[in-house]
Amino acid sequence: METSFLPTAAEYLRLLPETILIVSGTILMILEGLAGPRNRKNLSPLAIAAILAAMAATVAAAGNPGPAFNNMILADGFGAFFRMVVLSAGLLAVLCSSSYLTREKADSGEYYALLLYSMTGQCLLSTANELIMVFIGLEISSIATYILAGYLRDDARNNESALKYFLLGSFATAFLLYGVAWIYGITGSTNLEEIRRTLLNPESGASPLLTGVAAALMFIGFAFKISAVPFQVWAPDVYQGAPAPVSAFMSAGPKAAAFAVMLRVYLTAFPSIGDGWQTMIWLTALGTMIVGNFAALTQSNLKRILAYSSIAHAGYVLVAVTAYSDTGTAAAMFYLAAYAFMNIGAFAVVSHFSRTGEKYVELNDLAGLAQKQPTTAALFSLFLFSLIGVPLTGGFFGKFYIFKAAIDSGLIGLTVLGLLSSAVAAFYYLRIIVVMYFHEPGDTMDTITSPAPGIQIALWTSALATLLLGVFPSFVLDYATTSAVLVR
Amino acid sequence: MNLLSILLIVPAAGFLALLLLPRAREKDARLLALIISTAVFLASLGLIGAPSSFETNVEWISSPAIRYHVSIDGLSLWLIILSTLLVPICVLISWNYIGKRIKEFYAFLLLLEFGLIGVFAAMDLFLFYVFWEVTLVPMYFLIGIWGHERRIYATVKFFLYTMAGSVLMLVAILYLYSRAGTFDYSVILTLLGNGRLTLTAAEQLPLFLAFFVAFAIKVPLWPLHTWLPDAHVEAPSAGSVMLASVMLKMGTYGIVRFCLPMFGNAARECAPYIAVLAILGIIIGALVAMVQPNMKKLVAYSSVSHLGFVVLGIFSFTQQGMDGAVYQMLNHGVSTGALFMLVGYLYERQHSLEIKSYGGVATVAPNLAIIFLITSLASIGLPLLNNFVGEYLILQAAAMVDVRWAVFAAIGVILSACYMLWLYQRAFLGETPEEVRSHVHDLNFREMAAIAPLVILMVWMGVASQSFLPTISAANAEILQKSTINVEYEVKRIPAETHYGD
Repeated sequence: METSFLPTAAEYLRLLPETILIVSGTILMILEGLAGPRNRKNLSPLAIAAILAAMAATVAAAGNPGPAFNNMILADGFGAFFRMVVLSAGLLAVLCSSSYLTREKADSGEYYALLLYSMTGQCLLSTANELIMVFIGLEISSIATYILAGYLRDDARNNESALKYFLLGSFATAFLLYGVAWIYGITGSTNLEEIRRTLLNPESGASPLLTGVAAALMFIGFAFKISAVPFQVWAPDVYQGAPAPVSAFMSAGPKAAAFAVMLRVYLTAFPSIGDGWQTMIWLTALGTMIVGNFAALTQSNLKRILAYSSIAHAGYVLVAVTAYSDTGTAAAMFYLAAYAFMNIGAFAVVSHFSRTGEKYVELNDLAGLAQKQPTTAALFSLFLFSLIGVPLTGGFFGKFYIFKAAIDSGLIGLTVLGLLSSAVAAFYYLRIIVVMYFHEPGDTMDTITSPAPGIQIALWTSALATLLLGVFPSFVLDYATTSAVLVR
Repeated sequence: MNLLSILLIVPAAGFLALLLLPRAREKDARLLALIISTAVFLASLGLIGAPSSFETNVEWISSPAIRYHVSIDGLSLWLIILSTLLVPICVLISWNYIGKRIKEFYAFLLLLEFGLIGVFAAMDLFLFYVFWEVTLVPMYFLIGIWGHERRIYATVKFFLYTMAGSVLMLVAILYLYSRAGTFDYSVILTLLGNGRLTLTAAEQLPLFLAFFVAFAIKVPLWPLHTWLPDAHVEAPSAGSVMLASVMLKMGTYGIVRFCLPMFGNAARECAPYIAVLAILGIIIGALVAMVQPNMKKLVAYSSVSHLGFVVLGIFSFTQQGMDGAVYQMLNHGVSTGALFMLVGYLYERQHSLEIKSYGGVATVAPNLAIIFLITSLASIGLPLLNNFVGEYLILQAAAMVDVRWAVFAAIGVILSACYMLWLYQRAFLGETPEEVRSHVHDLNFREMAAIAPLVILMVWMGVASQSFLPTISAANAEILQKSTINVEYEVKRIPAETHYGD
């Protein structure tokens, strides 16, 4: 049979979201040079338009799912779901960023371009059907994020954050690449489907030991990106140092994409090592939940609290991964979507509240926010209650669904320990509410201004999504359930 | 849409309406809350008569199958009415006391009402859990914002205790779902009844304990009670009233509704141990109440003691015991709610909860004193007042199961007379210090109107228990019968079958 290497129109459509993001990013870079310093702050609507167009393209591509570019990517429902999560996270981050950048006198198109590139990488990760593609996606995403983390060049903490993230991140990527190389050596392929076939074929002679080592090496790479124990130490420093909107994005977008690719790689390519892999993930999940939740208890910096909380939440998602079932995959998908909204919402409050130079990021600075800005405080509380897992919020339903998947797979011990650690977590989230509502306003409240329009939109969107996912989860859950089987 | 669903929607809508009220017209929140809650109360009276006809069962989430299934029976009926009655009363007693962030206060009160009605009406385990947690949030804020000095410590402790207990319940609910394929409580009971679902002893015990611990924390059963004195003392009056009168009943209600019918086997197995804890709670609670210098703490510890009776009655597994327990839940709601209100009235006058800063109040505020006396006597269990009926039934049932239970529990009744009367004597009789003379005045019309319904109920429930007991009895008989499903034990025959009314 003759194979044509020229992609068809349908294949171009399947890559359209990434194409839009890359092209818009590049246009933004060019426009920045043309616009001159005064008009730079007007570039954010362009970025928003690009993301909305990419969302539309994602929907269009999901209408005609299938592989593209010689099986390099697979634009299926699973991929579309994560593309939407990443794009939503990016959109909310852009909304928070414009006033932030103006405040820090760092308006530029470059920032938005980097954000778009980063999203491109994550969209590629969500659809990658091939280990080389995984690596490329991860690199595009990571390099852009490294720069974003240190975006305010004159700020020492930004520099520290970027350097830490870069050094540790490259190290972890090297592990991943090493694992890919091993797999290629064992199976002679980088395509996930082919790897699966070879490994399941008893005559292929693939050594289970070597396969296990290869899978473990790749796991290290992924575990770093999702900040799972014991590869989590970078997260608090990086989140604390990076500009608040970037931290918001980092905790949602790249994390969701890393989970997407991890689920796809392990579920599609490695069914042959199912059981051995479960023990490892079980331990990682438990460790991640416990370390995240207990370390957050003693923090007093808001960004660090949220950083440790994001570690803990990665642990919850890992519980769903441990369940190793379709329900588990769907639960992980749902949770990452819900988490993106509630966590970016929380970070949006921080980026509003912190003011120029991120002066106010200590817990006690929030004292009396409920009296000065009742709406902001109420929305923040909603996000925090969702992070705790109080019913009628997306966070609760997500957690519920994850632990349901775990129970269905017989992981009772992990469920009990995980839920108990989430009860511990309630304490540090409540501390924030305590300070906002039960303390009298201090002098940090004198200079507070009302939230910028962009931040307001981000806050209300996140709040609405958090409530919708909590009260009517079906529309997302059903989609997640039907697409979860695709990666099996 | 039927009445029960309307009762759920109205407080929730009221919560939103109050939040949206402009800050400038904040004081109207009181009136608005009073109108809404009174309307809800009056509407809830329509549930009496044919409680079982208000069932709603529609799909909420398709997969996993979660249903909005609400329905009531004789067990939940009176608890719902108790909740709806106390909310307007709480609005009245907070009228002048709450001076800051007024609209939020009443908004949270209505949100609490929404959660409470939901807890008592939910017939789907998931839905029940949702409402169970929803009640936590408004109470957290009620104590945290409007409470006394150590309010933050108290409210965080309250939240974490309940949360820790309820996550275990969530695990049990999820496990039941994985076994039964449904969250619907009535379906699970049917499956258990026809043998399509059997829980082995190794499954039942952990499941029972997971549910029971969550409920026991809420009750609170000794030794899980330590959050209670803090929460009660630090809460504003309305918070204490709602907490003591209704929220504690969520625990005992949960035990009767879920633990007994679903895990009858394990419940019977654990009954002797639980009874011992209940009796210890009765006696220790009463002894600790006796030495409290703080009035609110005294009443709080008396709650531990009274709720011990309720638990004892439930785990007697007899008709009388259960009837007494459910009746006692209502009695405690009425009389302890009234006590907290009265203590709140005193606090509003003299800004002290210490017993020693009062004395001779009866001479300056005779109406307050007489109502306090009636309430104290009701709380002690004087015949013709409400608590007597419940305590009598419980003690009778306890004696049938094991006479030692009754003997020790009866000590609690005697002790309750000691601490209540001694409190009355110290605060209301004797010399009237100058402080009291200048600060304490008698009840005004609003305060009188707020407490009058409870005083009437004390007498009514003591004299005409027939108005309430038959419906309760019918529901309990059904639960008792269901608790024999899947049980290897021979169910103890009740020596004297008692019938109430027709």
